[in-house]
Amino acid sequence: MDSHIAETAFDPWKMIAEHQQQSGLTNQFGATATFIGTMRDYNDNADVSRMELEHYPEMTQQYLDKLKNTAQQRWDLLDTLIIHRVGIINPGDPIVLIACWSAHRRASLDACNWLIEELKHNAPFWKKETGQDGDRWVEQNTDGF
Amino acid sequence: MSIQVKFFASLREKVGVSDTKINCVPTAGEVWDISTNNAERPANILVAINLEYAQFDSPIKDGDEVAFFPPVTGG
Repeated sequence: MDSHIAETAFDPWKMIAEHQQQSGLTNQFGATATFIGTMRDYNDNADVSRMELEHYPEMTQQYLDKLKNTAQQRWDLLDTLIIHRVGIINPGDPIVLIACWSAHRRASLDACNWLIEELKHNAPFWKKETGQDGDRWVEQNTDGF
Repeated sequence: MSIQVKFFASLREKVGVSDTKINCVPTAGEVWDISTNNAERPANILVAINLEYAQFDSPIKDGDEVAFFPPVTGG
């Protein structure tokens, strides 16, 4: 199990592969569910050229650890990985990675879905976008649909 | 002893400081009032005490860290 903040760009596919290899769970998991959030170059019908992600470092880490532990208790998971970027982010860069491993699909799928929704609604991160009209704080997350 | 107060994101820019210290007051709402010189409190802002979400009427004790911030937008 791991959850951490990334201050520089990361390759989510590589992180999944490395974590899986190091987990010692080979031949135990039958399902891997993943969510990768990536920066778009537009938001609310406006171009976005870059973004700065601010956070409350101590609370963020504590909250991610709490999410991970709650998911492990609530679902029959073999392993969980959560990584979230902060700092300057460019279009195409991954922002968040959630991966859940379980013996059967339902636990990992449901846990992954719950984790990204909880993270988006409660983890103390804030996005500031830069576009043609300057900088603007994102006031609220989209519904996700 | 005192209270450590922090402001984040757009709220930090509105208030004009990222952190400050004040003497202990009874509730998180009073921490806002003292630390912002009684600035109007936006309706949608959130408060955390010692890294856990709290309410504006939550009690404060000496040494607490109280943070104010706007709705979160991560993920």
